[in-house]
Amino acid sequence: MALTGLVLVGFILGHLSGNLLFFKGPEVLNAYAQWLHENAALIWTARITLIVSVIAHIIAGISLTLENRAARAGGPAVEQTRRASWGSLTMPYTGLVVLGFIVFHLLHYTFQSVALGGQTFPLASNPAFTDVHAMLVAGFSHSGVSAFYIISLALLSLHLSHGVSSTFQTLGLRNERWRGRLDVLAVAFGWIVFLGFSAIPASVLAGCIK
Amino acid sequence: MVKDNHSHSAEHVLNLRLRVWRQRRGQPGAFEEHALQGVSTSASFLEMMDMLNEKLVRDGKEPFAFDHDCREGICGMCSMTINGMPHGPLPGVTTCQLHMRNFRDGETITVEPWRARAFPVLRDLMVDRSGFDKVIQSGGFISIRAGSAPEANATPVPKDVSDAAMDAAECIGCGACVASCKNGSAMLFVGAKVTHLNLLPQGQPERDRRVLAMVRTMDDAGFGNCTNQGECQAHCPKGITLDVISHLNRDYLGARVKAFFSSTGKVRRGGD
Repeated sequence: MALTGLVLVGFILGHLSGNLLFFKGPEVLNAYAQWLHENAALIWTARITLIVSVIAHIIAGISLTLENRAARAGGPAVEQTRRASWGSLTMPYTGLVVLGFIVFHLLHYTFQSVALGGQTFPLASNPAFTDVHAMLVAGFSHSGVSAFYIISLALLSLHLSHGVSSTFQTLGLRNERWRGRLDVLAVAFGWIVFLGFSAIPASVLAGCIK
Repeated sequence: MVKDNHSHSAEHVLNLRLRVWRQRRGQPGAFEEHALQGVSTSASFLEMMDMLNEKLVRDGKEPFAFDHDCREGICGMCSMTINGMPHGPLPGVTTCQLHMRNFRDGETITVEPWRARAFPVLRDLMVDRSGFDKVIQSGGFISIRAGSAPEANATPVPKDVSDAAMDAAECIGCGACVASCKNGSAMLFVGAKVTHLNLLPQGQPERDRRVLAMVRTMDDAGFGNCTNQGECQAHCPKGITLDVISHLNRDYLGARVKAFFSSTGKVRRGGD
């Protein structure tokens, strides 16, 4: 879980920094998207690494959850929790929602097959490429879609608020002195991911960017 | 969180309702409800259970079976989940050191055994903790040539190393970590034993073999996996921290890598 999680955290950082170019205007964002698609080796290496990591992360997560449920044998009749964080207790559920979100997100913007009303967004300067900026504005103008994105991102951030700190423990790189600091770092990372990504649908919905 | 207030010198009596788990080996169990009057706030939880059992015997009923031994918090025998918390509401103590002043008059107290697949119920509140014994047998020891005691200073141990090893060695093997873990994991126990022996010079020759064998035995015994929630640390009567799990993970990863790249021996060239 930890090693594949690290790869996915790295991807999230890269994806977030690319996405924030949205606020630099259509030219910058579309130039970045075009550059990505022109570097087929780069994009396919990243895609294959991601697909392998996501599948391994899901398989590990499912087997971990099933083994642990069986080992718990139902648990006590009265359940009490002293310090386990909400994020840590909900990992399988937030993970499942995030998986559903990833599928929708790919169908939405990568394959452009849902929630865009069959529209296409050819780039005016080079119709072989997509006008990503226009596609995002059109996609997020739908309030239901934007709300789904923002809620899913909140759950992804909750998942990360435990996962990022937990990774260090699994790899044996945490102690009592560092635990508090790493927990703060993980929560901060969760907030950065949430605010950074959801700024895009929020700004389109608020009408700041057209 | 309840505070064990020793300054409460005034003794009171409590009237309690007890929901206690009743089960025979291999059969399904259920809670039984009993009222118990006149429990002194100075009584320990086990003394309260003794009172209940004496009352049951007087009434011609079967007493509840529960594990106990030293009754001073160091043997690791007592094992009850009290109101959902292994060893009860007071952090840092075993059930035998938990006193009834931590409960309210008229309270309903739920008492059940450790719940985990690896700890099957033997009877009522007693569980089979031989999974822990198997883990210890697989590596929780050092192999030395027994003889007369060696000179005490022959093997120097740095103070910080000895402190960390002794902190881990405080584990009494009660199993509260497994009972409190949402995954029924024994990582705190195994981590404590591995950390204790792998830190000291006497434990070095078997360091890698120990961690690999103990982790394998732990998995085979049916314990769950750690998801780093920290409930074990919060319920450990000896205050063992997650540091030992981090140490276990570090040693385990190192041992696996070393085993993977270990020499396969000389190439045999024939001849004599």
